[in-house]
Amino acid sequence: MSFSVTEATTRQKWMAGTLVILYAVISLIPLVWILMTGLKTPPDSISYPPKVMFEPSLEGYVNLFTTRTRVSKETLESLPPPANFAEEIVRNRDMVIAGPSKFGQRFMNSVIIGFGSTFLSVFLGTLAAYAFSRFRIPLADDLLFFILSTRMMPPIAVAIPIFLMYRNIGLSDTHLGMILLYTAVNISLAVWLLKGFIDEIPREYEEAALIDGYTRFQAFYKVVLPQAATGIASTAIFCLIFAWNEYAFAVLLTSGTAQTAPPFIPTIIGVGGLDWPAVAAGATLFLIPVMIFTIMLRKHLLRGITFGAVRK
Amino acid sequence: MAQIIIKNLRKDFGNFTAVKESSFTIEDGEFFMLLGPSGCGKTTTLRMIAGLELPTSGEIYLDGEEISQRPPSQRDIAFVFQMFALYPHLNVRKNIQYPLVSQGMKRSEIKAKVAEVSRILGIEDILNRPVGGLSGGDRQRVALGRAIVRDPKAFMMDEPLGALDAEFRERMSEELRALHDRMNATTVYVTHDQLEAMQMGDKIVVMNNAVVEQFGTPQDIYDMPATMFVADFIGSPSMNFLEFNGAVAEGTSSVSLNGQEVSVPVQRQGVTGNLVFGIRPEHISFSDDGDYRGEILATEYLGTTQIVTINTANGDLKARINADLPATVGDKVGLSFNPKTVTLFDADTGQALLSDLNKEVLAHG
Ligand SMILES: Nc1ncnc2c1ncn2[C@@H]1O[C@H](COP(=O)(O)OP(=O)(O)OP(=O)(O)O)[C@@H](O)[C@H]1O
Ligand SMILES: [Mg+2]
Repeated sequence: MSFSVTEATTRQKWMAGTLVILYAVISLIPLVWILMTGLKTPPDSISYPPKVMFEPSLEGYVNLFTTRTRVSKETLESLPPPANFAEEIVRNRDMVIAGPSKFGQRFMNSVIIGFGSTFLSVFLGTLAAYAFSRFRIPLADDLLFFILSTRMMPPIAVAIPIFLMYRNIGLSDTHLGMILLYTAVNISLAVWLLKGFIDEIPREYEEAALIDGYTRFQAFYKVVLPQAATGIASTAIFCLIFAWNEYAFAVLLTSGTAQTAPPFIPTIIGVGGLDWPAVAAGATLFLIPVMIFTIMLRKHLLRGITFGAVRK
Repeated sequence: MAQIIIKNLRKDFGNFTAVKESSFTIEDGEFFMLLGPSGCGKTTTLRMIAGLELPTSGEIYLDGEEISQRPPSQRDIAFVFQMFALYPHLNVRKNIQYPLVSQGMKRSEIKAKVAEVSRILGIEDILNRPVGGLSGGDRQRVALGRAIVRDPKAFMMDEPLGALDAEFRERMSEELRALHDRMNATTVYVTHDQLEAMQMGDKIVVMNNAVVEQFGTPQDIYDMPATMFVADFIGSPSMNFLEFNGAVAEGTSSVSLNGQEVSVPVQRQGVTGNLVFGIRPEHISFSDDGDYRGEILATEYLGTTQIVTINTANGDLKARINADLPATVGDKVGLSFNPKTVTLFDADTGQALLSDLNKEVLAHG
């Protein structure tokens, strides 16, 4: 039988496939568990032994989006029949819907702050990386190191000074404040990642464009940007994941108008006892935007996360 | 089409000088070769002409206009890059029409131009292909297409055949030369391959260490090298250098090599000291009555000719003689030198001594 270095045998393919599937299953179990918990009733969610088979219910999602008050049996019976499935679920627990919860608004905050800071980081990062890559900048290496050094301490170490600064200049609990903060944290990552990508784009492409009669800026956005799409996409994903999941700053600096979902979700626990299905529902919904974003940019990502090592 | 005059052009990168005060003239319609070893400043010179690099000092005239400080878009000069630099995200057609789009040319006109150029280059059938999968030769043609489609005043080509394999190079170099003869476009072509330069060029500039060593027609440069570097760099095997210590008087027509009088072109410069007698391998022949003698060290058979290495009192030399002449290693043979193309050099400066042979060439070189 012939042996090939590049072509895997059937057995090797099976083994590789099995390993990948095994790994996927292991890493997906917590996600599946969250998804399931979101669809359980509160008693099911804390039953022992844990239930794998159960009757799905939307109670978690209803609880996530509403605030409820307990009422007496008599009041309950005097009410007209429930207008929708949500009210029915709530009344089964001897409660009525008092109003919407803050989850929707907190979720929107996360979207605005997450995507806003991602856009800003990538936008500024691309320009800075291009400059570092192409122009002779005095002390360029020192500047790059300085930019990176902002990532060397844990962000929480500067939390108190930032908290005080933000309070003084009125950025506490504002969207703008959080966008600026996350941009500041992400920009070093963005500059470094993107500089790597732009370094790999041969200068000749831009020079060819200059020769072909374009200005430097036209050469930048007509030739460099399409080439850097992979890098921009993967940098954007990294930035979004950070800004989306960030918890420490969000807890400290936001409490109302600009509070993001991560600090909000745990507060659900406190509202009506340990409401795990509502928490899980919140976590499930919270996962979706990053997932969609990543899937949308997926074709760039494979080449992106290997940092340009895989080239066409 | 255009004449290009380079005057005292210089380029420094920090403390490093890539090109020292260089001057030469490229006539309208010439196929002009920039030749020199790696790192001598050929690419830098070419990039300065095209505007990709601004000179530290000096002037560049294109059709009489000083252009050295203009951006490339205002020079009307096309550039073919060594690795072709085709835009990888565009297909062949879009690559070729890119310079026309920047001029805001009408769609129908662009289409006609691209069609014409692709017919000239024989790439009509690949116009809609992405550039990623093209062969080296086709990439080369697309790069040429992008250059010629806009009818520029001049073409700059930086080792355009460097990325092709040997067999293909020859074909492409013929195609290139044919294309040039058909369009008669002023072309500056960078290469480090002396054979390519001799074969293709109307004129050659030989550069070394940031300095222009000589500039002229291939034949002038071959027969009348201005420096030992040029003599050594051009020709394969290169010129033989026999070192001797002596005096050359103005008007003399012979020098003394190891006690033997050897004829040389009439000298126009009197010099004493360490000198070099330079002679091309094909101008050495065996002659039994020759007084200057040497011992055969090696022979290399090349079909119609053979290269014979001979040890003499003034050093080893290589002779190119007919393959059917007997040459046995160890034999002692008499040598005679064809005096018409001998060049004497000053060993310390490396400069050729003036003689009746080269005085006209060296006067402007
Ligand atoms: N941007 C730059 N910064 C600093 N030094 C440079 C720069 N560009 C070129 N050089 C230096 O200038 C010298 C001449 O370079 P150039 O590219 O002109 O050589 P070349 O004759 O084209 O050589 P090759 O045959 O290797 O292409 C080299 O030593 C090179 O290192
Ligand atoms: Mg070069």
